[in-house]
Amino acid sequence: MNYLKNVATLKLNKEICIGCGKCLIVCPHEVFALCDDKANIINLDACMECGACVKNCPVNALSVKTGVGCASGILSGLLGGKEACCDKGGCCV
Amino acid sequence: MTNKMMNCCCKNKNCCVPKREAWITGEVETPAGKIPKIGTRLTLRDELGALKVRFAIGSNNYNVLPGLYAIGKPSLESPVFVTANYKLSVDYLRCELGGTNGWILVLDTKGINVWCAAGKGTFGTTEIVSRVQQTQLDRVVSHRKLIVPQLGAPGVSAHEVQKQCGFQVIYGPVRAEDIPEFIADNFKTTQEMRRVHFDIHDRFAVIPVELVIWFKHALGLAVLLALLSGITRSGFSFAALPRAFGLVFIGWLCGGALVPILLPWLPGRAFSVKGLWVALVLWLGLIGTGILDASSAKGIGWGLVLIAIVSFMALNFTGASTYTSMSGVKKEMKIAVPIQLLALIAGIICIVLGGLQ
Repeated sequence: MNYLKNVATLKLNKEICIGCGKCLIVCPHEVFALCDDKANIINLDACMECGACVKNCPVNALSVKTGVGCASGILSGLLGGKEACCDKGGCCV
Repeated sequence: MTNKMMNCCCKNKNCCVPKREAWITGEVETPAGKIPKIGTRLTLRDELGALKVRFAIGSNNYNVLPGLYAIGKPSLESPVFVTANYKLSVDYLRCELGGTNGWILVLDTKGINVWCAAGKGTFGTTEIVSRVQQTQLDRVVSHRKLIVPQLGAPGVSAHEVQKQCGFQVIYGPVRAEDIPEFIADNFKTTQEMRRVHFDIHDRFAVIPVELVIWFKHALGLAVLLALLSGITRSGFSFAALPRAFGLVFIGWLCGGALVPILLPWLPGRAFSVKGLWVALVLWLGLIGTGILDASSAKGIGWGLVLIAIVSFMALNFTGASTYTSMSGVKKEMKIAVPIQLLALIAGIICIVLGGLQ
């Protein structure tokens, strides 16, 4: 199952990438593949912006605007004036 | 630390000892002191606790005291498994470690599961490093490896952990059930073990929580609509009450249960659109069975209200799903929420006008 097309904010700087494959290991949705000793984004629409790849890239070749894809969280964030947070939504158990 | 987890003998915090939980079966002597040993079989009490959480009863206080625990008869060479202090996370892990000798390092994630806590950063580099140091893990084991669940990765920087405390992070499988195979395969994950699913079992597991969370909102809306739909030219009619409750709760069931079950097969990528299809079919069904009259203002009004309920609940199911991104949900909400609100208001107006005709 893929979510909306072309909205994920994930970006990869191939110039910096050393092809260590850490992003392939931590990504829960097989967004990446190794090709010619570099990581490649092969399925951007599967990205859920969890940020695991960014955190575990040893050379900072990746960037993404992380957040929780949760409407209740975003709504309570908007209503409370805070960033999206699932604390009150009860969805994060 | 909450009082629930501690037996406080006096007001001096230093003399508080962790409460002896039923699942703690003994102690293991180590160079860093005594470590509590935990069982690998779930008791009826554990199962009942899990059931309560699944139905959102007191799920905000289902935690375990953070720290180091022993499984089986661990030695200096035994592997260390890291997890969150949400009781269900610990239960899933220890269940799969039956027959294994190892250590469990429970992080303080405020009782939140691994994935959600990793998203917030409470299951993260800083907490791992400080927990490793606090438990003197370097004295308990001779190796320098930590097995961290892959879903902890959004909060953990493997290279930072190694730099800060000398322990190498090995990412384990997404699902605890794959741990025996992961251990047997010399701590290697397969591509399948690393992939997050959202299959029918996963979706069924979150339905009770969805229904419980939305119950009070549905009840509120049902009361409001029961009162409004009872208004007629000749005064208030109680005849419309059961009908209003019935219709709102059919919508609630469709949004909270039917949409999650049918999710992969419903047309469209946006959750609100998936909900819209279910609501339309429901509406047609109600017209077909004669419960609603498509030619009356009330029949149209109820259709709009059902669309608003089911579509909005479906949109909120993004939070329970395992594959939606924040950018995507924000984009969807910008379009869907105003339409849903409009449908609700227009629906209510139609119902009231229909009653006054």
